[in-house]
Amino acid sequence: MVEIPAGGADAVPAAEVEDMELYHPKSWWTKYVFSQDAKIIAVQYSITAISIGLVALVLSWLMRLQLAFPGYFAFIDADHYYQFITMHGMIMVVYLLTALFLGGFGNYLIPLMVGARDMVFPYANMLSYWIYLLAVLILVAGFFAPGGPTGAGWTLYPPQSVLSGTPGGQDWGILLMLSSLIVFVIGFTMGGLNYVVTVLQGRARGMTLMRMPLTVWGIFTATVMALLAFPALFVACVMMLFDRLLGTSFFMPAIVEMGTQLQHAGGSPILFQHLFWFFGHPEVYIVALPAFGIVSDLISTHARKNIFGYRMMVWAIVIIAALSFVVWAHHMYVSGMNPAFGFFFATTTLIIAVPTAIKVYNWVLTLWRGDIHLTLPMLFALAFIVTFVNGGLTGLFLGNVVVDVPLSDTMFVVAHFHMVMGVAPILVIFGAIHHWYPKVTGRMLNGVLGHIHYWITFLGAYAIFFPMHYLGLLGVPRRYYEIGETSFVPPSAHTLNIFITIMALIVGAAQVVFLFNLIWSLFRGKEASGNPWRATTLEWQTPQTPPAHGNWGKDLPVVYRWAYDYSVPGAPEDFIPQTQPATAGLTREVMR
Amino acid sequence: MTQSVQTQSNPGPQPAGMRGVAADFGSDQRAFKTASWGKAMMWIFLLSDTFVFGCFLLSYMTARMSTPVAWPNPSEVFALHIGGQDVPLILIAIMTFVLISSSGTMAMAVNFGYRRERGKTAVLMLATALLGAAFVGMQAFEWTKLISEGVRPWENPFGAAQFGSAFFMITGFHGTHVTIGVIFLLIVARKVWRGDFDTERRGFFTSRKGRYEAVEIMGLYWHFVDLVWVFIFAFFYLW
Repeated sequence: MVEIPAGGADAVPAAEVEDMELYHPKSWWTKYVFSQDAKIIAVQYSITAISIGLVALVLSWLMRLQLAFPGYFAFIDADHYYQFITMHGMIMVVYLLTALFLGGFGNYLIPLMVGARDMVFPYANMLSYWIYLLAVLILVAGFFAPGGPTGAGWTLYPPQSVLSGTPGGQDWGILLMLSSLIVFVIGFTMGGLNYVVTVLQGRARGMTLMRMPLTVWGIFTATVMALLAFPALFVACVMMLFDRLLGTSFFMPAIVEMGTQLQHAGGSPILFQHLFWFFGHPEVYIVALPAFGIVSDLISTHARKNIFGYRMMVWAIVIIAALSFVVWAHHMYVSGMNPAFGFFFATTTLIIAVPTAIKVYNWVLTLWRGDIHLTLPMLFALAFIVTFVNGGLTGLFLGNVVVDVPLSDTMFVVAHFHMVMGVAPILVIFGAIHHWYPKVTGRMLNGVLGHIHYWITFLGAYAIFFPMHYLGLLGVPRRYYEIGETSFVPPSAHTLNIFITIMALIVGAAQVVFLFNLIWSLFRGKEASGNPWRATTLEWQTPQTPPAHGNWGKDLPVVYRWAYDYSVPGAPEDFIPQTQPATAGLTREVMR
Repeated sequence: MTQSVQTQSNPGPQPAGMRGVAADFGSDQRAFKTASWGKAMMWIFLLSDTFVFGCFLLSYMTARMSTPVAWPNPSEVFALHIGGQDVPLILIAIMTFVLISSSGTMAMAVNFGYRRERGKTAVLMLATALLGAAFVGMQAFEWTKLISEGVRPWENPFGAAQFGSAFFMITGFHGTHVTIGVIFLLIVARKVWRGDFDTERRGFFTSRKGRYEAVEIMGLYWHFVDLVWVFIFAFFYLW
């Protein structure tokens, strides 16, 4: 940290990009419904994603009810149970988390945080949302189609996913699921290209890549990953549609079903697994990286301290993204593979622990001797750290071939991925909504309701998923409709199952408090100032709150410093906005 | 480690080696200094599309490896009976020649576009579209011939069923790309012809002013489609 020499240092770089031509809506419809404004699109994305997420939440209740009280609820038969599992998984991973982080937070925060007026191609951005909505509607149509939605498990492994024994396999279910995913990929590509190009080519003057908030880094990197990983899902879906509709045999080996030899022969089911997991593993980080980025900013802002090791944080994000493309087959250890490949994939998987651990250490070191404000965003960020560390450590177990093989397809795996990519990112989403709600609506969320929701959700989610590790170690399998009398599963496991289900019901119900808070605060919440958290990043420096169309009024902002000038000694306040000229104070930014 | 804050556009000497690359890439406002938004977006889209075609081709190779039935010999399957003898791959050779030539006319169209020679640009784009349409037409002929010989996505009299599946899927997906390209070539050619890029007429959907750069962005897509065909030609027909 050094004093800024007076004069000279405030020189502003010349504008390289001409100011953006904005589309100005002429009617209510083009302003609020078919809007090209990234902020409106973000809200549309978020509402759609949260709505479909609530459906997935109810499905998880139904599964838990069956596991705790087998056979008690007559309408949950085996077929329905598998349909619930499949839809719960796919909705949560793709239609809620991916859409909410990238389509929701990405759309709202990227233009504001890099100092742009909007995304670079607002029309394509608008199409992105409507195509996403179409994908969601096709998905939901599965519930009403003859035979119901597919029950193939969210991984949709062939050949079982297109056979008649699987719910939806020979009905509409699997067709609607595959079509919905194809449409989703097309829609996402339109939005994703926008996010990437806006970050790369549309930043404000002075905003170098190494001055971007980590939120933008996380969302940006995740979007790049999505643009490279979704093609594999797209291709896999197209090929499976052909297998099912045209009778091709890409994934279908010679197979006898109910005593009948099917027409298929010579295909490779393993090929689908490779394609699926080449998408599926990066997908984990597509969900995790935005959470990493957002939580970094929440911790730094609410601990009033610059993020520890900013450059290391950026490189860790980039390295995690790169590594995640060469680890996919660790999901396939039990599918069988050459031991040399198993060794390769186990090694690359475990190497990911290094940049990830760097991130966790840096979050903790940011908190160290910080001026921690236990606001709700901070509480959720802390909850994220303890949840994520738990899920990350069990990932080290499952990354090893010899440990994975006995644990695979047990509740241990369910516990692991729910901790690491279910609960942890969702906690960040709650924290982020508490953090940015005042910017989006101009009002604060209610604190009392927020605390009630926080404690039930955080402790409850731990109570749901932590015991599942024990169930998994006992050998309780996942994806079983009913365990029945099994010699190696002790009766105590059943008691634990009942406990987990009760906690799941409570945590699910607590989300109503959050939804009520969202709606109630919209009308009755305390009015927020433009910068209620006294944060440095650009989105808090807009002339209006909520920001108007075009974000910045007449002149685009100019950036003079990084995003983390908190508690700089000698500065009049404990934060210095990025728009503050250098002569006005010191900085902790490290320049090379 | 720490130095004073600098916001000047010229922050002194560039660091050497990889650090210099990182500094360039991470520099102010834009990562790619000469690329406009549209061009950057097309490049990144093409990168994503490369992964789509890469997955298709890798899947075809896996299917070819895993099927226990013998793979047909493409030279024989794709031979035409001309003048009393079978000429192997003759139609594919002509198709390839036509598509690669269309890349030439496209490149010339881009050049004339930047010189503001509206007539020549539009005519060359139309020529490109025509060559593209001829390619798709020949592909339709090839499909018809194979179908009349009994090749279907699910079966194939020459050997492995996956031959038909992969053929129709991959050439179909590529042909769709060419067709979309032809449609957009016609749209952009019309805009050039009408002088939209000189009069700054606003787009029907986007309400934005177009620039002659649209011709180049169209060209990027078109060259990509050609390049993909080269790989399909090599991996499907020659192998």
